[in-house]
Amino acid sequence: MFEACADPKAIEGLQWALCYLTSGKHLDFYWSFMTVLGLLAITAPSALAMGFLGATAARSQIAPVSWAGKAYIWMVRGVPDIIFFLFFVIALDQLIEYLKFLAVCPATDVSPWQGLEFRVCPEAKVPSARASGFVHQLYGFGLAVVTFAIVFGAFTANVIYGAMQAVPRAQLETAEAYGMSRGQVFRRVLIPQMWVYALPGLGNLWMILIKATPLLFLLGVKDIVYYARELGGSKTQAYEYPHGDWRLYYFLVLLVFYLAFTRVSELGLARLTRRLSHGQATAAGEALRKAAA
Amino acid sequence: MTCWETVQAYGLRAIGIGENLLPKTDFTLCQQFTLIGSGLIWNVYFGAVALICGFFLANAVALAKAARSPLIRKPADWFVFLFRGSPLFIQFFLAYEALVMLPKAGIDIFGIQVSTAWTTKAWAGALFVLFLNTAAYSAEIFHGALKSIPKGDLEAAEAYGLTGWQKFRRIEWPTMLRLGWPGYTNEAIFLFHATTLVFASAFPVLGQRGDALYYASYFADKTFNPFIPYPIVGFYFILLTLAVTTVYGMANRRLNRHLPSNQRQKIRLRPNLIR
Repeated sequence: MFEACADPKAIEGLQWALCYLTSGKHLDFYWSFMTVLGLLAITAPSALAMGFLGATAARSQIAPVSWAGKAYIWMVRGVPDIIFFLFFVIALDQLIEYLKFLAVCPATDVSPWQGLEFRVCPEAKVPSARASGFVHQLYGFGLAVVTFAIVFGAFTANVIYGAMQAVPRAQLETAEAYGMSRGQVFRRVLIPQMWVYALPGLGNLWMILIKATPLLFLLGVKDIVYYARELGGSKTQAYEYPHGDWRLYYFLVLLVFYLAFTRVSELGLARLTRRLSHGQATAAGEALRKAAA
Repeated sequence: MTCWETVQAYGLRAIGIGENLLPKTDFTLCQQFTLIGSGLIWNVYFGAVALICGFFLANAVALAKAARSPLIRKPADWFVFLFRGSPLFIQFFLAYEALVMLPKAGIDIFGIQVSTAWTTKAWAGALFVLFLNTAAYSAEIFHGALKSIPKGDLEAAEAYGLTGWQKFRRIEWPTMLRLGWPGYTNEAIFLFHATTLVFASAFPVLGQRGDALYYASYFADKTFNPFIPYPIVGFYFILLTLAVTTVYGMANRRLNRHLPSNQRQKIRLRPNLIR
């Protein structure tokens, strides 16, 4: 990056360290932290939306919709989530290619699932074979985001469903007594009140979501774990910056990153809870009122 | 090969007994069920041993967290923060890289050569990480329970003349366990789920002796069909979860046996994710 770094073998000490830490691969490494943050920024709202849909469906009056919602919530109980992660990435990939196969491939009666292979015609490959490496990366990241949203959506649905049940019945009955329709009760009374009950569960999920981000590595995305392994591995003299096995230090950096991130989130959530409890008829709200008086 | 022969050949494959070569072609449903089931041995081993050992450390850490002296309290706080604040996945990597750095020839302790190679194996290294991890999570649960022991119970104990160790052993500790048990049950379930991360992270699979997830992804890679092996692992884990709930439910009933039936704590299964 810097001109002084043109010949890394000739420099020493602090300058070597500076050049080493600003090499192209390292800049990729720093960017991969943005991948993690990007994943969180996209997944958190979409999981919330999925969860909201799931919880609303589970409360539905129409039996099949309610079953579907409950099945979605129950889906992730009892089974390790990592199985869902590994499953969905392959399953979604095959589903997308299968749909494209139906659309663009010349009509044949051969199914893509042939014994030990999943084969579609070249035009149906997603992303197409000519696409750049960046597109492949983006596609992999997209699959990971959808997978995270599906799995975390189920957890969020469970939390929101519980929060909706926790809103006092009397509130809903009063609203009905005022002549509100079901939709009005839902929009004007249930939703504004459920957030206080949902917040502890959602905060917990946020922490878990942060701690689930290294699983991106298992989904084949070049994330921070991938780069920590790549950069930390011992480099022979053939490399520009030869060094021994430094993976331990790279993982220490990741550990500190996650510890700081969860700690900051914890403090932020505590503040948010305080603010939301303000003026609420709960024990926390009461404590705030007493402290102010 | 009949299904029974498959079971004989691969039933204990995960611990290195039976047929050496994994099936390469013509995968039958029976093979998938058998091999994935044999992989489950590892999950049960990691989960059970880590839970049993972790229980004792968790109790100690929970008490340390409640201690008045900061010299005892602070290290316990940091221990819990370290293991609860970071992903288990990273902890596995970190532990593995740290253990690999131990001198190959062994460490010399008072003239005795202690070999270090075994620590990088999953059965020891990963177990150690899981043990510390579950101890930290359980310690937080037990600490919360310790804080929520009803004041009246403690006053009653003092009125009976119980103090110090006697009070702890007969009143505080059983009440702490009773209050924390539902949370601890969930922790046990998640720990069993977390064992699937061992071979997916840093610890290498030696001689293709892996856990249930390892064999499932082996089949998924070979057959390009994720719709059979992954539901099989899911099925096995639902059975495992049911077994854990049953065992912990029995302990819960014992802890609550003195209470009138309407005051007993019920265990509610709350889903959680990777730590």
